[in-house]
Parts: sequence; structure tokens; C-alpha cells
Amino acid sequence: MTDLRQHQRDVRTYLIGFGLAVVLTVIPFVITATGGLSRTWFDLAILFAAIVQVLVHLRYFLHIDLRHTPRENLLALGFTGLLMVIMIGGTLWIMGNLAARMMGT
Amino acid sequence: MFGRLTEEALPFYSEIAMAGAAVTVLGGLFVVAIVLWTGSLGYLWRNWLTSVDHKRIGIMYVVVALVMLLRGFIDALMMRAQQAMAMNSPGYLPPEHFDQIFSSHGTIMILFMAMPFLTGLINFVMPMQIGARDVAFPRLNLISLYLTAAGAGLVLISLVIGKFSTAGWTGYPPFSENEFSPGVGVDYWIWALVVSGVGTTITGINFITTVVKRRAPGMTWMRLPLFTWTALCASILIVFAFPALTVAGGMLALDRSAGFHFFTNDGGGNPMNFANILWMWGHPEVYILILPAFGVFSEIVATFSSKRLFAYKSLVFATVVIAVLAFTTWLHHFFTMGAGASVNTAFGITTMIIAVPTGVKIFDWLMTMYRGRIRYQTPMLWTTAFLVTFTIGGVSGVLLAVPAVDYTLHNTTFLVAHFHNMVIPGALFGFFAGYTYWFPKAFGFRLDERWGKRAFWLWLVGFYLAFMPLYALGTMGMVRRLQHYDNPDWQPYLIVAAIGAVSVLLGIASLAVQLWVSIRDRERLADKTGDPWNARTLEWYSSSPPPAWNFARVPKIEGLDPFWRLKERGEAYREDESYDSISLPRNSPDGVVYGALAFLFGFSMVWHIYWLALLCLLSIVAHLIASSFRRPVEQVISADEIARHDHEWKTAARTASRYDGDPLCDYRPVLRKVPAQ
Amino acid sequence: MSQVDIQQHEENEERAYGFWLFLMSDAILFSLLFATYAVMVTATDDGPTRSEIFGYWRTVANTALLLCSSLTMGLASIAIREFDKTTGLRWIFVTMILAFGFLVLEIQEFAGLVAQGAGPDRSGFLSGYYTLVGTHGAHVTIGLIWMAVLCLHLALRPIDPIIQSITERLTMFWHLVGIVWIGIYSMVYLPGLYQ
Ligand code: HEM
Ligand SMILES: [Cu+2]
Repeated sequence: MTDLRQHQRDVRTYLIGFGLAVVLTVIPFVITATGGLSRTWFDLAILFAAIVQVLVHLRYFLHIDLRHTPRENLLALGFTGLLMVIMIGGTLWIMGNLAARMMGT
Repeated sequence: MFGRLTEEALPFYSEIAMAGAAVTVLGGLFVVAIVLWTGSLGYLWRNWLTSVDHKRIGIMYVVVALVMLLRGFIDALMMRAQQAMAMNSPGYLPPEHFDQIFSSHGTIMILFMAMPFLTGLINFVMPMQIGARDVAFPRLNLISLYLTAAGAGLVLISLVIGKFSTAGWTGYPPFSENEFSPGVGVDYWIWALVVSGVGTTITGINFITTVVKRRAPGMTWMRLPLFTWTALCASILIVFAFPALTVAGGMLALDRSAGFHFFTNDGGGNPMNFANILWMWGHPEVYILILPAFGVFSEIVATFSSKRLFAYKSLVFATVVIAVLAFTTWLHHFFTMGAGASVNTAFGITTMIIAVPTGVKIFDWLMTMYRGRIRYQTPMLWTTAFLVTFTIGGVSGVLLAVPAVDYTLHNTTFLVAHFHNMVIPGALFGFFAGYTYWFPKAFGFRLDERWGKRAFWLWLVGFYLAFMPLYALGTMGMVRRLQHYDNPDWQPYLIVAAIGAVSVLLGIASLAVQLWVSIRDRERLADKTGDPWNARTLEWYSSSPPPAWNFARVPKIEGLDPFWRLKERGEAYREDESYDSISLPRNSPDGVVYGALAFLFGFSMVWHIYWLALLCLLSIVAHLIASSFRRPVEQVISADEIARHDHEWKTAARTASRYDGDPLCDYRPVLRKVPAQ
Repeated sequence: MSQVDIQQHEENEERAYGFWLFLMSDAILFSLLFATYAVMVTATDDGPTRSEIFGYWRTVANTALLLCSSLTMGLASIAIREFDKTTGLRWIFVTMILAFGFLVLEIQEFAGLVAQGAGPDRSGFLSGYYTLVGTHGAHVTIGLIWMAVLCLHLALRPIDPIIQSITERLTMFWHLVGIVWIGIYSMVYLPGLYQ
């Protein structure tokens, strides 16, 4: 009954992912509700939980795995990640710098 | 009912606008009349308009590109004439009209001339170069073609119904917002870009998937022909850069039609963010234009020097590095917007760095030519001219990469000279070279050399005359997009530039004559071997024109330049003992349907005919759903037919001399002595 | 596997890869919407700010709905891969209900905001907000339609490789929608709600 075993493994993967995702969702929502952190620490905590949860989704829901996923899919994903950093980071840097210089008078 | 569309949209307000509209309408009617008169509508429909064959789609892309080149060039000529005469005088084009012309010229040349041209070449060549029968998604390929055509159609029809944008090809807000551009022009620009952008994105995905999944056995990454590498990298740039165009265009559309405040002067809008996003697409876009041309040059240099490409790996590496770095330089287009020194410096440095891999390539091509047996036929002439001219443009680009220099030259004609100096030799010459090089493969006969050379020299001289004066004018302080001026020192330069444009005009005319003469003399120019230039890569390993199935048997690849290896071992034209039948996708009317709906959608968005836009959108969705239920139909080509075709071609190839009736061009005896590398 | 099966298998693989590339392109599109939102977040033009317009429990509900729908979609895809039509249909149906609930909540939220004068034309901040969240909502809608189409396929014929291929891509799409939502509640809602 390898089919059954495969089935159980697939379902278990999803359930583990779901469990981790729930935990990683509850944390930021609880932090938001309770307060007490400074803005910087709050932002960092939320960002960290979000990034980890995205990784969890990729791993357990989209089944991305450094060994079994084809290299061309990983390359596309990695390149997307790099570009997100460049584009979002670049925008924040450029527009932030501009805003600071324009307000400073 | 019809939104903003009234009879006032027709161009009866100006004679020049009316003439433009008349030329557009009559040109369209002329084509329709010829098709009906020769009774070829059925033929066209069955063999071309609904064909999902990547080769035919490629050729249709190039046809779109050539038509749009003509239109874009007429715009250029009109601008050159205006600036040559508008010293202390209004010239013949009122400002409002002049502004439309530079906007449509830039938009057309980049998005509807250069993009279809390179997409067409890649479509035609790349699958054959990797030993595939077609692209990964042939039906989507056809749909992309029609989405591009729909975008081009929107630009063309803006000449007849309404007006085009006056905001330049980059459409910067706040000028392009409702407050300053209340008409339909900017909307035409936006929807032409968005509609064709969707098609281009699909094409990019299609090409990447093809290269990744459809390579023939043995075609490892380091055996890919260089053109395929550049096609792959350009496609990667497309897939990852075009979302920025969609976002910038979409937000501007929301500002204009729904009162959003992304880029407005009031309501907390931030116009500079438009420049920021647009150039995240815009800079990669110029590499999308240039990389495939680099690929063409690489193939041509190797073929016409009868040598293997020098330092193949470094060329591949340089291509990939350019594709990545292309995403890190976008701010150099707006150094002057007011960012601090650290930001400007960083992007100045990335810009200078990206020039390095390009320089590497130039040396690789030169080294390939070094001690080669160079044949100066037309494709090689374009290539040589590119090497010299592009380098000049590159140097002016590195100059502009210094923010302090850019502060004085930004928005002057120096910049106009710089980017034409990149894009004409770097992209257009490459496309012309590829057009001449692959024409015999597509149609079974070569293009006439004499007229090809004339066209080449007229273009080259015309280019230098038209654009070198603009460098000087830029340093003299002439800003771009000037409808008139009062500085007498400028006029001589502008007259020289106009003369250059006339030379280019003659060059374009020579290309037309060349096509005519070649069709007339097709017997004399026929290529029976399938390999007219003694080339090295797999697209030549088939008859000219190739059969729908490309290869009777998918070849096994054992190294770089696989076709050259086969010829060397005398196995290129050996016939197989047995053949298998092949199934191919059937024709599909989907392209026409989606293209028409997309065009109508864009048109009704421009004119605020929202019910029609919604209807189009719903039809598209309904069609998509319906087609998910349709089984793909295939046609099966019998083994007999394949065997017969293969036999005919290989017999001809073994017996025919490489140039029938042109013994001087047959290099085989010479080549046999050159050690294969 | 027969010749036809192999060809079908290869085609499905190509489709999956092509669709993966599309998702990557879509992810870039969303990053630019996120970046723009971040640039616009202070551009409130004296209108409502982000600490005034978001609801905590609504965000909790939306998040819960989407997260559960990721799980049910996954279970549906496993069932369809194993040719188990009843289970597959059941989980898709649950997914559709969850997605529909999400959309209802979102539309309610938008309508409420517009009614209190916080529409997208009020300020740059709100333009950025509606466009980012609305684009995600449009993706949810597309996913919902797609699920309905898949149900139709399942109702009309036994499970075949084509249906499996459609399911595979739909599942990928739905997981992207889930991932983008993580970004939205983390970058938009929670920072706005945090006092
Ligand atoms: C073939 C000969 C060509 C001529 C004579 C020509 C001429 C011109 C002229 C006169 C302008 C306006 C300059 C100004 O603003 O003062 C212009 C702008 C421009 N051209 Fe060309 N051009 C040619 C080919 C091309 C090609 C092949 C491309 C691109 C592939 C191109 C892209 C552009 C762009 C993007 C602009 C800027 C439009 C704007 O200001 O928004 N041109 N060209
Ligand atoms: Cu650039």
C-alpha cells in the first residue's frame, strides 16, 4: 500500500505547514493586540514572522525543496526574490532619500 | 452610450492631421483591396493568419515591425524637417502636433517596431536552433502576436480617431495627468502599452519554457547557440520587467479615469514615483532590445569569419551578467530629480559596471574576426558598422553615467544622440543583419546583394549625419523636443541632421527595392541547399524554407556548432533509413478573436465606453473557459511525406553548389582547408 | 506509459513551468504595489490615516479564511491527483465558500470606507491601499471563477491528466494568493492597527 503511505505523507505535509502557519500568524496578531513593543521592534517582529511564514508556505504548500525541485524552478524563484529586494529596497531608498531632501528645506 | 466619442474626434481640425489619417486609412484599404482583388484571403487565413507554426508567426511579427518602422520613420522625417526650418519661425507643425509626433515616434519605434522585430526573429530562429519542432505553447504564441498587433492598431487608429499623447514616449506625470492632458492621447498610449505588454509577457514565458524544456537531446546549456542565449536572457528580462510597465501604466490610468492620486500634484500624489517605476521597466527594456541583436551579431560573426566564436563562455557569461545588472541601474534616467549624492553615485557606478560585460563582448567579436576568412556580405557589413558605431554610443553613455555630467546634458539632444547611437546600430542594424541572414531560410532565396549594400551605406551615412550633429547641439545647450528655437548657431547642424534623415529615407527605399528585386530574381537567388552562408548552427540543418515539422528526426547534439560538425564529418545530408510520422498542432482562429477583443477593449477604455469594455472582458473570459474544454486538435504528417521531403532536400543539398550561378561565393573549397575548430 | 501518456506528461510539465514563470512575474507586480503603498503611506492629504480605518477582527477573519482555504485547496489537489473525485469536489467546494466569505468581507470593508469618505480618490495613501488590496481581491475572484470551472470539468468527465494539470496550476495560483495576503496583513493592516 505505497499509495496510502504516499497519501498520508502528502496530507501530513499540508497539516504540518498549516500548523506552522497558524502559529506564525497568531504571533503577529497577538503582538499587535497586546502592544508594548517600540515601533522598530514591532516592525522587525512582524517582518520576521511574515518572512518565515512565506518560507513555510513555499516549503509545505508549494513543496519547494532544495533537493527535489527542478533547478529551473528554483532559479526563477531565487531571481524573483533578488528582484523583490532590489525593487522594493531600491524604491524605499530612492523615494525616502528624495522625501528627506525635499522636506529638509 | 459612446463615452467621450463624438464626431469631433475626426481630424478635420488640421490639414496635416487629415493627411496622416488619410494615409493610414488608404494604406489599410489598399492592403485589403489587394488581398480581395487577388482572391488570396482564404489562402492568407489558412496559411498565415491562423497558423500556429512558430516560423510563420515569426515572419508575421517582422511584417508588423517593418510596417511600423515605416510609420515611425515618417514621424522622424517630419520632426527633422520641422527643426531644420523652425529657426525664428513656427515651421509647419504646430506645437501640439509636433508633440504628438515625437511621442508616437518613440512609442512606435521601441514597442511596435523593435519589439516585434526581435520577437519575430527569435520566434523564427530559436526553436530551430535548439532542435525543437515548435515553441512550448504554439497557440499562446499566436495570441501574443495578435495582442502586439492590437496595441500597434491602437497607436495607428489614434491618428484617425482622436489624438495621440503629447507626453513623450515615457508619459511622465504630472503632465500626463488629466489636469494637463485632458484628451484621449495619453489613454491611447497607456492602453497600447498595456495590451501589447500582456502579449509580450506571454511571449517571454513561452520562450523561456521553450529553451528550458524543449532542447534536443545533448543540447546542454554550454552548447546553446549564442542567439538562443540572448533570446533566453531577453525573455527573462521581459518576464521580470514588464510588470513594472503594467503597474506604472495601470496606476496612471486609475489616476486619469477614476480620480486616484498616485502621481497627481494634489491629493498626496507623488509624480516622481512614476519615473521610479517606469524605468524599472525602461532600463531592462533597452537590454531586451539589444541582447537579441547581440545574438544575431554573434551568429553572423562566426559564420562569416568561418570560425568558431571566440571565447564562447565569456560571451554567455557577459549576457547573463547583463541580464541581472540591467535591473540595478534604473535611476540613471532621473539623476536630476533631486536624490542625494549617495543615491546618484551608487547608480552611476552600477551603470558604469554594466558597460564592462558589453565591452567584453565587443572584444570577443573582434577576436572572432581576427585571422578569420571574413566574407563581407551584407549581414557582415551591418555587423562591422555596429562594432564601430556602437562603441561610440557606449562611450557617450558612460559619460552620461557620471551624474555631474548628466546634470548638464540631461534632456538635451546629446541624450537623443546617445540613445539613437545605441539603439540604431545596437538593435536595428542587428535586426537588419538578421533579416538578411535568415531571409533565405524563410523563403528559399537570398536577398539581392547589390541593393542590400546600397541600403547599408545609405543607412550608415544617414545615421552619422543625422545624429553626430545632435551631440554637438547638446553641448551647445539645445534641449530635446523643441518645436522651434531662436539660436542661429543651431540651424546648420539641424539641416545636416535633416539631410541625414533623407539619406536614411533612401536607405529604407533601397530595402524596399531590394525586396522587390529579390522576389523578381528569386530563381537566380534561390537556395536549394538550405545552407546558403556555410553556417554552423542547427537552423540551417533543414531545407529552405523548412518544412512545418522542422526536422525529420530530432538531431542529437554532441557539441557547439552541431551543424558544422555534421558537415565536417560528411553526415549532414545522409538520409535516414526509416521515418516516423509527426503530429503538429492545428491552426487556430483564437489569435484573431483575442486580438480583436483586446483591441476593442483598449479602444473602449480610451473613450470611456465602459459597457463595451466590460463586454469585451467578459467575452475574453468566456472564451478562455470554453477553450479549457476543447481538446487540442493535432494533425498527423505521414512518414511518407516526411521521407519524400527529406529525400528531395538532401539530394538537392548534396548536388547543388552553395550559390547557384554565383561561383565566386562558393567557399567550400577554401573552407575544406581551414581546420575545423 | 504509452507514447501519448508521455507526451501528455511532458506537456503538463511545460504548462506547470510556464505557469510558475507567470506567478513569478505576478509576484514582481505585487512587490511594486507594495513598494508604492510604502511610498504613499504618509501621503494622507489630511484625510484618514492608516491608524483610523482598519478593523482588527475583520483582518483576523480574513486571514483565517484564506489560511484555511490554502489547506483545503491543498487537500483538494491531493485528492484529484489520486483520482478521488468526491473528496476533491468536496474540498474545492469548501475552498470556494471560504474564498467567497473573504470577498464578502473585503467588499463590505471597501463599501464601508467609501461611505465614510475614505474612497481611493481621497488621497495618495488610499489610492495605494485600494490598489494593492484590490488587486489581491481581483486575484481571489479569478481563483473563485477558476474553481467553478474546475468543478464543471469534474462534473462532466472522469479525472484525466488535463484536469490534474488544471488543478495543479490552480493550486499554485491559490498558494500565491495566500502568500501575498501574508504580505498584506503584515505590511498594511497590522502596522496600521498597532498603536
Ligand atoms: C531611423 C532614423 C531615426 C531618426 C531620423 C530619428 C529621429 C528622431 C528625432 C528627430 C527625435 C526627436 C528628438 C527630440 O526630442 O528633439 C527622436 C526621438 C526618439 N527616437 Fe528616434 N529616430 C530614428 C530612429 C529611431 C529608432 C530606431 C528608435 C528606437 C528603436 C528611436 C527611438 C526614439 C525615442 C525613444 C525618442 C524619444 C521620443 C520622446 O522624446 O519621447 N528612434 N528620434
Ligand atoms: Cu538606462
